[in-house]
Amino acid sequence: MSESNTPVLVDLDDPNLTTFDIVREGARRDGIEIVHYEPQYPAGSKGERRMVRIVSFFFLLTGIASTAFVVAFIWWPWEYEMGSNPSKVYTPILGLTLGLALIGVGLGILTWGKKLLPHEIAIQDRHDGPSDPVERKITGETLKFIGSELSVARRPALKLSLLGLLPLGAVAAAVPIGAMIKDPHHPDVLFKTGFAGATPENPIKLVRDDYTPIRPEEVSTGGQITVFPGIPGGVSNKYADSPTLLIHLREDDAEVLRQSLYQINNGSPWQSYVAYSKICTHAGCPASLYEQQTNRLLCPCHQSQFLITDNARPVFGPATRSLPMLPITVDKDGHFAATSDYKVPVGPAFWEKS
Amino acid sequence: MKRRKVDLKALPGKTAEEVDARLHVATPLRSLLNKVFPDHWSFLLGEIALFSFIVLLLTGTFLALFFEPSMQETHYNGSYVPLQGVQMSRAYETALNLSFDVRGGLIMRQMHHWAALLFMAAIVVHMIRIFVTGAFRKPRELNWIIGLSMFWLGFTEGFAGYSLPDDALSGTGLRIASAIMLSIPVVGSWVTTSLFGGEFPGEIILSRLYILHVFLLPLILLGLVTIHLALVFMQKHTQWPGPGRTNSNVVGERMFPRYALKQGGFFMLVFAVIALMGGLFQINPIWLFGPYEAAVVSAGSQPDWYVMFLDGSTRLMPAWEIRAFGYTIPPLFWPTVVLPGILTVLPMAYPWIEARWKKDKGHHNLLQRPRDVPDRTGLAAMALTFYMVLTISGGNDIVADKFHISLNAMTWAGRIGILILPPLAYYIARRIALGLQQHDREVLAHGVETGIIKRLPSGQFVEVHQPLAPADDHGHTDLPYVGWTVPKKMNRLGALGPAVRGFFRPVEQAAPPAQEQPPAREEITSGKH
Repeated sequence: MSESNTPVLVDLDDPNLTTFDIVREGARRDGIEIVHYEPQYPAGSKGERRMVRIVSFFFLLTGIASTAFVVAFIWWPWEYEMGSNPSKVYTPILGLTLGLALIGVGLGILTWGKKLLPHEIAIQDRHDGPSDPVERKITGETLKFIGSELSVARRPALKLSLLGLLPLGAVAAAVPIGAMIKDPHHPDVLFKTGFAGATPENPIKLVRDDYTPIRPEEVSTGGQITVFPGIPGGVSNKYADSPTLLIHLREDDAEVLRQSLYQINNGSPWQSYVAYSKICTHAGCPASLYEQQTNRLLCPCHQSQFLITDNARPVFGPATRSLPMLPITVDKDGHFAATSDYKVPVGPAFWEKS
Repeated sequence: MKRRKVDLKALPGKTAEEVDARLHVATPLRSLLNKVFPDHWSFLLGEIALFSFIVLLLTGTFLALFFEPSMQETHYNGSYVPLQGVQMSRAYETALNLSFDVRGGLIMRQMHHWAALLFMAAIVVHMIRIFVTGAFRKPRELNWIIGLSMFWLGFTEGFAGYSLPDDALSGTGLRIASAIMLSIPVVGSWVTTSLFGGEFPGEIILSRLYILHVFLLPLILLGLVTIHLALVFMQKHTQWPGPGRTNSNVVGERMFPRYALKQGGFFMLVFAVIALMGGLFQINPIWLFGPYEAAVVSAGSQPDWYVMFLDGSTRLMPAWEIRAFGYTIPPLFWPTVVLPGILTVLPMAYPWIEARWKKDKGHHNLLQRPRDVPDRTGLAAMALTFYMVLTISGGNDIVADKFHISLNAMTWAGRIGILILPPLAYYIARRIALGLQQHDREVLAHGVETGIIKRLPSGQFVEVHQPLAPADDHGHTDLPYVGWTVPKKMNRLGALGPAVRGFFRPVEQAAPPAQEQPPAREEITSGKH
């Protein structure tokens, strides 16, 4: 009930008014009618005392649990040690005591509010929709007036010169964005890996993750090993595109591969050894789950599957292109080495990659 | 010198007077205290999001005191023995230190992570509530859009946080994110190299994500939360239809003290749940994953649950690459850039789409029950099924492994399911909604089923119905359908006496038998059904 509907305002100086009468009158002046206001329990009743006990219990629980939390936080052995020991339950104890403390205060407050405070139903008016037409008119005219005072419309030269401010916006955008821009093509980072610079005369060794080179006899038949370019930092994430999978195919599988070799891969395998980029051509995860029986390589991120006896052609999943093959040889020291970089870009596809 | 005695009793009143003399707050304060809030359990879903956001700010501030987003290489020398001497970034090392060498650091890390998951879950469930009850309709379209923006901001914020510790999972996620950026036509490679400062992973991505995660995104989120709540406050809450509730009033409780107390208690409970989960349930044990290495990944690499639907869409996408004129659009582009774009624009436009569709331009402050808008409920079921199929597909390798199903079969099941199941869900949900509505109308017309079987003189058996209002000769009543709960159990109407409370012995007197309460038991059994 809004003010206009209330016929008589209550005389607030009336000595007979109770506090609640004043509260109700105040609510009425805010457009709120309290239509129902009723304690849940009669004052001093058994039910009320029970609720008071419950609330006190919850607050006491909080007190105990909080104390336990602080005690455990300070004195429980928390420093990590191998094996099973009290430090292993440090975090669970903290969680349990903190949780209990918060549950206590939460349920205490909830019970207090829900059970001990009177239940009420109040109705408040909404004032939805557009503003009062008079107000709208005045505000609209005010806006129009501001516009005409600025008088851009009457002074065309000013209007034109305002266009001059547009580049200022570009300045705001250019500084943060422009500072970040890095050209992907100068240097051509997307087309090169750590093997760039390898030539048949100066091959780059394939190394393990501890930079030791690999001899052919160290990879068992049907086995595979992850290798990296033998250059400074070649194993680190600085060359995240370079991890390569060196696979020792069984002789008949190698024959199948030789029969189906793409033209671009000609001469890339060395005897029955073949090296593929480990970086999935779909989203760039290392495709490293090798199924020896089926000669399939599975990427665990999105399940692209590559058939390694057929140029690592994708045979299932979202990947579209074969894993690039690294041209390898065995150098004069008897170690595996790459004779050139990958012939196609490694990893996920992008716009400029034809 | 005579000391003036402080009158303690008059102190609060006096303070209030002094404050008002300076700030002139009596009227606004009173109308704030008196503001009426309608109540329903489902209105608390958004609050769970708000409360977890507060917990996120608190725990996040603690973590920021110890974490260092640096990719500088170092050798671990902390107390977690299995990783000692291993080369890793400072970011990963400080994340490990937070887990092992900072008192209470692990519980803070885990609470932060759990709170993030809860935050996103509460947002999603809150959005579903808003959608199926029509709370997004005029005049609340703007808040619907803000809400959706907050979902995507929370998503980005969560992903940035997930990437910070620089463990094996973080790096894998970032690698995929870089591939997604690369897949954008024309500008993709520029965007990627610019963001990473060169080729993936570069040396600066973590510090950029850190600023994003601890400053920029929380700031925007905080701003949007404020606007979101301010709009709820200004436009006032929606309410369910019911006795005395109209489109132009709010029926409920005044904010202070009872409503505010309940809110405060509820906040503590949400906080408690997060504390319990953070303490008892291990999450993201980064020390088991090891530092990120570009050559290493493990099977079962799953993102956090709210990212899984996009991981699923990526897995289901067939290998359709477009190549023309020397340029490429990778298949990755469609499920990870285009799909989220559609999933943003379409729901944002939905309030206007529905207004046109239903030719309804009016103000709405009353909610609708899902059964009363079968089309929209069907759409919600359709969207949810779409989301569920994608989310399950995001973990299809785990499903395949645990249930001994072929991995390829899971992918195909997802591909077929994403096409067939959503329309099916639409149809089923719509039928269920119509059926429920029908049943409500049936009860209004015929009364409540009582379960009492009566034999007529003719020998016929009939079930006795208890009408909700005086019935005509055919036992039909003429009650309007108002879109609110219809009683369906005789007991609730008082035809049967309420059960006497007490576990071992009654704690209260049995209620006296109902008198003159139409329709009483005699009438029910008297033959008029």
